[in-house]
Amino acid sequence: MLRLVHRSGRIAEPALPTRQDALGNDSADTIFGGSIQVRHVDAGSCNGCEIEIASAFGPVYDLERYGVRLVASPRHADVLLVTGPVTRNMVDPLLKAYEAMPSPKRVVALGDCARDCGVFAGAYGVQGAVSDFVPVDVTIAGCPPEPEAIIAALRGLSGR
Amino acid sequence: MSLIESGLLLVAGAAALACVGTPLSSRASQASRTMLSGALTCLVGLGGVLAGVGALAGDSWSVTVPRLLPLSQAVLAIDPLSGLFMTLVGAVAIATGIYSTGYPHSHDHDHDHNHNHDQTPDAAGGIGSRTVQAALPLFAAAMVAVPAAGNVTTFLVLWELMALASLVLVLAEHRARPEVGQAGVWYAAMTHAGLVAILLGLVVFANAAGTETFAGMRTASVGLSPATRSLVFLLVFAGFGSKAGLVPLHVWLPRAHPEAPSYVSALMSAAMVNLGLYGVLRVGFDLLGGGPRWWWILVLAVGALSALYGVLQAGAATDLKRLLAYSTTENLGLIFIGVGAAGMFAAAGDAPLASLLMIAAVLHTVNHAAFKTLLFLGAGAVLRSTGLRDLDKMGGLAHRMPTTAVLFGLGALGASGLPPGNGFVSEWLLLQGLIHSLSGAGAPDVAVAIAMPLAVGAVALTAGLGVAMFVKAFGVGFLARPRSAEAAVATEVPRSMRAGMALAAVSCGILALAPLALVRSLERVLVTMPSIGDERPVHGAVELQLSGITGSMSPVLIALGLTGGALLIAVLVRRWGGQPRRTALVWGCGGTRLSPRMQYTATAYAEPLTRVFDDVLRPEHDINITHHVESRYLVESVTYRQRVSDRIENRLYPPLLAAALWWAAMARRLQNGSVHRYLAYGLVGLLVVLIAVGVTS
Amino acid sequence: MNTVTSWAVLGVVVQVLLVVAGAPVLVALMRQVRARLEGRVGAGLGQPWRDLRKLMRKEPIAPDGSTIIFTAAPAVALSSMVLIAAAAPFITTTSPLDGVADLYAVVSLLLVASIALALAGLDTGSAFGGMGSSRTVTVAALAEPTLLVAGFALSVRVGSSNLASLVEHGQRAPGTILSPATLLAAVALWIVVVAEAGRLPVDNPSTHLELTMIHEATILEYAGRDLALVELGSAMRLAVLLGLWGNLFLPWGVATTAGPGALALGVVVFVVKVAVLGAVLAASEVFMAKWRLFRVPELLAGSFLFGVLAVSSSFFLA
Repeated sequence: MLRLVHRSGRIAEPALPTRQDALGNDSADTIFGGSIQVRHVDAGSCNGCEIEIASAFGPVYDLERYGVRLVASPRHADVLLVTGPVTRNMVDPLLKAYEAMPSPKRVVALGDCARDCGVFAGAYGVQGAVSDFVPVDVTIAGCPPEPEAIIAALRGLSGR
Repeated sequence: MSLIESGLLLVAGAAALACVGTPLSSRASQASRTMLSGALTCLVGLGGVLAGVGALAGDSWSVTVPRLLPLSQAVLAIDPLSGLFMTLVGAVAIATGIYSTGYPHSHDHDHDHNHNHDQTPDAAGGIGSRTVQAALPLFAAAMVAVPAAGNVTTFLVLWELMALASLVLVLAEHRARPEVGQAGVWYAAMTHAGLVAILLGLVVFANAAGTETFAGMRTASVGLSPATRSLVFLLVFAGFGSKAGLVPLHVWLPRAHPEAPSYVSALMSAAMVNLGLYGVLRVGFDLLGGGPRWWWILVLAVGALSALYGVLQAGAATDLKRLLAYSTTENLGLIFIGVGAAGMFAAAGDAPLASLLMIAAVLHTVNHAAFKTLLFLGAGAVLRSTGLRDLDKMGGLAHRMPTTAVLFGLGALGASGLPPGNGFVSEWLLLQGLIHSLSGAGAPDVAVAIAMPLAVGAVALTAGLGVAMFVKAFGVGFLARPRSAEAAVATEVPRSMRAGMALAAVSCGILALAPLALVRSLERVLVTMPSIGDERPVHGAVELQLSGITGSMSPVLIALGLTGGALLIAVLVRRWGGQPRRTALVWGCGGTRLSPRMQYTATAYAEPLTRVFDDVLRPEHDINITHHVESRYLVESVTYRQRVSDRIENRLYPPLLAAALWWAAMARRLQNGSVHRYLAYGLVGLLVVLIAVGVTS
Repeated sequence: MNTVTSWAVLGVVVQVLLVVAGAPVLVALMRQVRARLEGRVGAGLGQPWRDLRKLMRKEPIAPDGSTIIFTAAPAVALSSMVLIAAAAPFITTTSPLDGVADLYAVVSLLLVASIALALAGLDTGSAFGGMGSSRTVTVAALAEPTLLVAGFALSVRVGSSNLASLVEHGQRAPGTILSPATLLAAVALWIVVVAEAGRLPVDNPSTHLELTMIHEATILEYAGRDLALVELGSAMRLAVLLGLWGNLFLPWGVATTAGPGALALGVVVFVVKVAVLGAVLAASEVFMAKWRLFRVPELLAGSFLFGVLAVSSSFFLA
């Protein structure tokens, strides 16, 4: 395995020079001071967005270098990252996860489904978009969004 | 009148009043009878403390009363060793006496055993009966007097009086619960078996010495053959070890303690078991003057086995009082590890190390008495308030019974051996004594080199598991939310019960922060044990320093550092981060049906350790699955029951009991009811006697 | 107060500040080592302090039904770590708090920190907290015999279990470091360091699966400044454990006299030692996965065996 480590070297993509959040602004939210912990909630997605999130946190894109970290408990989290349209059985858990987070907190709706139910709009299990249930601060469009877009949005929140 | 005399007079007076007052008090109200009983117990305790303190200060006292006991005299002889144990017993009796005045008046729920009546104190039996109320001060008085006995007869009479009084007290609630009767039978059988062993040992000793006073036996013991000395020691160790709750003769402890009323359990666990230690110290070190090394290796081994077995069983126990009973076995095991090691080094002539280990053992006895009293009184408070002994059903009691929770927490801190508790000081001293055994001048021999690391390992594992056990007892019992309806309606106990617990807690605190105040007196105790010597192994004011051995530890510094640091950090952090704290529903992964029953129970808490040690504990699992009426693929309910029974009892005792029953069955053949056969026995017996007389004359 | 004592007090203050300030940097270093070996960039050495600073500004939350134990436990755990940092010989052996620097007292203080958090885990009233608490005390209880027996092995030669004496003896007689007893004790204590600090293969500090957590599950309910104290306490625990291991088995460089030069050297050597040990630990974690919980007692039993062998060899091969 040492040989694998040696062979791979550094495989992360180089960092973007400046940070730009999803809305194209250069200014960033400085309330978190360079460190955000993200709690992901899948409210009913097809898992395409999850694969992109995994890729964004993986070695190639390495979101951790911008001070972003995934955590298991909403009590440890600053940012709630929601994917998928909000289905009937996930309404309560999503609300509970949001309430469990300590303030100041932000919500990021990732993907077209989280933004406006995407291709699942009007389906029988879908109750609405994420913004119908929790106040959304940042929306990332795409089905699924590219890792660069995810990185840009989260960098805007972390401020690094 | 000296302190000792005034103390003894107080004890005798209170005991006499207890005996006399019983038949006379049938007209008095329940409340005043309870008050009287508790007050008399306090007075007995006070007398014991006075006499003990007088003896520890250096006085000795003895008296011989020629015609009090048949065939012998009553001799009382008090020296610092007896003074220590009298003080110990007396102090426990004071706290218990204060506590017992409030006990019957607190509301008794007793739902735990499916009896649906509130046992009123005026019921015909139970803790309100006059017999039980008279027995309490008598029990305390007998316990105070046992260390004062100066000859074999007095000792045995007082020992048996103590056993009978405690039996009456253990059986106090037998009408309410059938298990109490069973527990009483086991206790009676084992305490009397122990008495037989002690009796045999002391009688052999007295016979070989030619006199039955302790003073005479002491001087004559040098002339005894090694075989006699060893026989005496083994018999006495078996008898006193059984009273002290050492494995494998401990099985009465986890049966009797849960069934007795809690203040009786406190008296038994914190005072009576120490008299087992007293017996071993008195006979082994004082009367026999020390012995060959193999005695003490045996004591060390039995102590280590008791400590490990006790802590494992306690770790798996979910009944709070059973947990505390096994914890007594564990702590006595630690004490006997110290005693055994001290004896080993005394036999090798290494007096400083032996005296350090003996100080550690005796200090641990005092600490154990303090925190075990507090813990049992606390468990009694919980039992009276909720009717629960099962930890799996408790919880949230810290909100409803805050004083009891704080006091129980202090006791648990002391029992777990963590700084700044009082158990930490004595365990530290014990470890220091054990680890310095190999670094003395000259090469230590193989037995020591093998025994000491194993002893340290045993002490360490016991300490670690003991911490786990008390986190379970306190955390599951008192913290978070109630797991049952009974726990949810708990109320705080009356003031007298809290006062008794507070007294025990104060003594725990003093022992934790200023143990040196006691060490001075303990050193005088060492003088009575000639093979240990009159060293001064521990000195210092704020810091404990060991002489002859490099080692020092300051309990006050640790306590100050911890509490001061925590307060400072809390204040600083509050200043730096200013957001106020919010209370919210506990996070349960977003599930919407969280109930307090989903909290970890005591069984669940102990499960990893039970599984690691399942070869020793052999838990039995019982899983019942009720399937849905319509389909076997659906489960309606699952019941899981785990039972950890005492493996030593299951393996060792049934064969012995079966053998005894077989022997009894054999003997029954002789007594088959036929009058003709009995007449034949008489005839044959007469003929045999006549022939014998004819032959021998 | 003469100059020697004031330098000693200064040494203690420097030691405490160094451990408190440097512990999160140590955690960052370990994460960086791991990141670089995995081909990533990593968050940088200042990230844990950024995390702590942000956590201080966040709102602390107490679960419904919890008691003061939940709110007080982080402060108690951190305070015991600070006390160890002040007393144990990291930079200098001339601490005026020598009365606390006994090996067994330090081991018990480490246990106090674990137990405070274990009680808080039970106090949350959640199944995760109870599970984390139960596993924490299991690992702590099973690591205790190794700690004490290995401490026994080390103190036999010196005749004392005082940490400062152990370090000074190691400096004076470097041959004893290479003796079988000390090497065996070193292996045993390394396993215990890994277990007590909650690193792979005993516990994964960065796992998200609650059923695989030991330490993380206990602190799942903490938020805000409580969480900051807990995180700082865990970082200090790691620093203290690595520092103790380093100073017991590589004692060179620790100041035995109280003076500016000795203290400065002590600081530099300590930082280098702990950094190297942390890097080695982090690198070894890359090649390991977390073990099943019920294999951990076997690991700890093996370390206990090493400890007993250490004591025996210190006697038989003296």
